[in-house]
Amino acid sequence: MQLYRVPVQIIPRPGILDPQGAAVAGALRSLGFNTIADIRVGRFITVDVNAASAADATSAVRSMCEKLLANPVIEDFVLEEPTLQQGGQS
Amino acid sequence: MKFGVVTFPGSNGDYDACHAAADAIGQECVYLWHKDHDLKGCDVIVLPGGFSYGDYLRPGAIARFSPIMNEVVAHAKRGAPVLAICNGFQVACEAGLLPGALLRNASLRFVSRLVTMRVENDSSMFTHEYYKGQILSVPVAHGDGRYTADPDVVARLEGEGRVAFRYSSTGGDISDEDNINGSVNGIAGIINAAGNVLGMMPHPERAVDPVIGSTDGLGVFHSLLDGVPA
Repeated sequence: MQLYRVPVQIIPRPGILDPQGAAVAGALRSLGFNTIADIRVGRFITVDVNAASAADATSAVRSMCEKLLANPVIEDFVLEEPTLQQGGQS
Repeated sequence: MKFGVVTFPGSNGDYDACHAAADAIGQECVYLWHKDHDLKGCDVIVLPGGFSYGDYLRPGAIARFSPIMNEVVAHAKRGAPVLAICNGFQVACEAGLLPGALLRNASLRFVSRLVTMRVENDSSMFTHEYYKGQILSVPVAHGDGRYTADPDVVARLEGEGRVAFRYSSTGGDISDEDNINGSVNGIAGIINAAGNVLGMMPHPERAVDPVIGSTDGLGVFHSLLDGVPA
């Protein structure tokens, strides 16, 4: 077993009103960032997980997203590539 | 009739719910600890308001995996009543007892005040003591009350008369102005397909005594107590 870090992005689904994103976009526009088309604010989670392989680590974190970390009614999730960490169980 | 109010870490509406059940309508009421597996023979389960688990991740997301929720879900699947108020509504949606989800208020502001809402369903086990179109004055206190669901789910709720309450003006009009949190169609409360789970953001248990400004929430408790007329 090795320790992998799997970063997860959780973002509001398309079509879901994101007032936080709209407020942040408004603030940036008022600072002169006039090129902003849209901003969505989500959540970023890193999960350190013991797994036999990177694929197993991804699979485990996908299950965690489906069960708890994301709510499919309102959120999509994106798993980033796992990176090997120091200190895994052998 | 025996009421059981679930206490999660962070619940704050549990005492109010028991006050309504025990003092306002004179029924037995017990607290059910979230780590227990025993509903203690209760007829009605209340999922109360509050900030269970600090609203971490999403409101209700962690509470929904509390040990007692297995029994609450089984209770609901048997057709027995579950009254899910505010944070309880969020927990019930996360647990799949009700469709949809509650998102951050469109205003991004926490809203804590008396609001008016219109009765949309006057035939359920929770609402039959009201009449359709009745205007109720009931307090809300939430930051994440914007009801959202897929358009086909909303169409089913509307088509099947499962929208229980809708935010309205004191005259009963529905407008964006009175939609305190930006909920789709101004939805304040919904009922599941089987008719035995009510989820609502406003607090009927905090409107059972004239001394606190309204008794309009009593109808929910009297409806449960009296049963649906044959």
